Amino acid sequence: MKQQELIPHLFRTEFSKITAVLAKLFGFEHIEIAEDIASDTFLLASETWSIKGLPENPAAWLYTVAKNKAKDYLRRNKLFSEKITPQLQYSNSELHELDIDLSDTNIVDSQLQMMFAICQPAIPPEAQIGLSLRILCGFGIEEIANAFLSNKETINKRLMRAKAKLREENVEIAFPANAEIDKRLETVLTTIYLLFNEGYHSLSQNTTIRKDLCLEAIRLAYLLTINPATDKPAVNALLALMCFHASRFEARTNPDGEQVLYEDQDTSLWDIELINRGKFYLNRAAEGGELSKYHVEAGIAWWHTIYEDTPEKWESILQLYNRLLMIEYSPMAALNRTYALAKANGKPEAIVEAEKLQLTGNQLYYTLLGHLYTDVDNGKAIGHLKMALNLAKSDNDKATLQKTILKITEGL
Amino acid sequence: MKDFLFVYRNDFKNQPTGSPEELQAITKKWMDWIGGIAAQNKLVDRGNRLTHDGRVVKPNNVVTDGPYTEIKELIGGYSIVKAESFDEAVEMAKGCPIFPFGGNVEVREINPM
Repeated sequence: MKQQELIPHLFRTEFSKITAVLAKLFGFEHIEIAEDIASDTFLLASETWSIKGLPENPAAWLYTVAKNKAKDYLRRNKLFSEKITPQLQYSNSELHELDIDLSDTNIVDSQLQMMFAICQPAIPPEAQIGLSLRILCGFGIEEIANAFLSNKETINKRLMRAKAKLREENVEIAFPANAEIDKRLETVLTTIYLLFNEGYHSLSQNTTIRKDLCLEAIRLAYLLTINPATDKPAVNALLALMCFHASRFEARTNPDGEQVLYEDQDTSLWDIELINRGKFYLNRAAEGGELSKYHVEAGIAWWHTIYEDTPEKWESILQLYNRLLMIEYSPMAALNRTYALAKANGKPEAIVEAEKLQLTGNQLYYTLLGHLYTDVDNGKAIGHLKMALNLAKSDNDKATLQKTILKITEGL
Repeated sequence: MKDFLFVYRNDFKNQPTGSPEELQAITKKWMDWIGGIAAQNKLVDRGNRLTHDGRVVKPNNVVTDGPYTEIKELIGGYSIVKAESFDEAVEMAKGCPIFPFGGNVEVREINPM
């Protein structure tokens, strides 16, 4: 890897590691100091490396510099040494001996504990995702702004507010007690899944950053599986689900960046390795009797890795959506369930059920009705598709809907 | 929105019997029906089936077993839904797959304690 590629790459992975370890050491209330030390380390790295060339082991170089900077900071900062250092149980004279543990185990542990610190219901979900991207994934503010179709200033403000709120709540960077772990994991998993969906369904046209978000979500879930305390069935199910979805990443958009519908995808672009990894984690998720919504969604996603349309496929998907909705309602699940109902039980029954949903104001609701009425009552189909067109926001969606309407009109 | 209890009753003799495929087809009808209510965000608790075995505890420590198999209107299960009105809850109950087997659905408004 060339230097200009290596530094941003290292920045992301190593920034998050250094920040997590230092923040764990200083406490969450001083997280900005940890971030600053990590940033300074990279600043020095890019200056030094551009003159002297790359060191033999860049990561080790970064850790040494970060450790020294942390020790310098503790020595120099009076307030910090008086108020924080005693808590760290190191006297000033011992400071130079202070061991900042950047071993693999401590890095992973610190990152996992940081995950629990950030994923708190006290702050809004988009702030949890933003903080995760910044602190756990090492994304720059501009990259986060890109992903959210926002600007640096807004993102900065959002993250500052979130950190202030977490400080106010006296959040600790620690593993929750065993009795609490399942409940706390729920929030962590929700955030990871939202992060994944942000990448998978984002309106952002930047496919590189979208894919990065998905891969980061997968990486965070993977981290949870390598620690026995957090290696729970629901975690494995979520990981399986994300692997199955991500397997179609390359097939979902054409070279012009337009979305390619599932039926029209080139299955040779599906990532077999990710599908197999998904199956591996789905099997692990089946250990233990738990059936979370992630299990059900992973089951649905698994069926979608089989392209061939069979009655068994759609009947299974319908029953999984029935179960999913019984666990937790969402408009998206209700719409997808009705689509599966049409495939399994036929359009007439699905139309009756679709009319009951009354998700007026939802573009996808009218798209679904348009699809269901096609070849049953094309006049109504066009009416619904035009409603969808009125609600559509992205140019891609509008173009797709117009094409569909034209196709039906020509067939009339 | 108010919560309503659906009580499913049927004559024990009308319990579905048949091949595993036939029983599976009946289960599918139930799952599709409840799934349809859930898809409207009107399911509170899908509830449970009840086994046929039972005891009745009466005053003075008198405990009796069935004979439930003789009972015409055996409670076979329950669900809880939410609806704006009694009429809406009743409308929802009309699709219940119990009717072809001669059963009925009792709809009761829940009065929270």
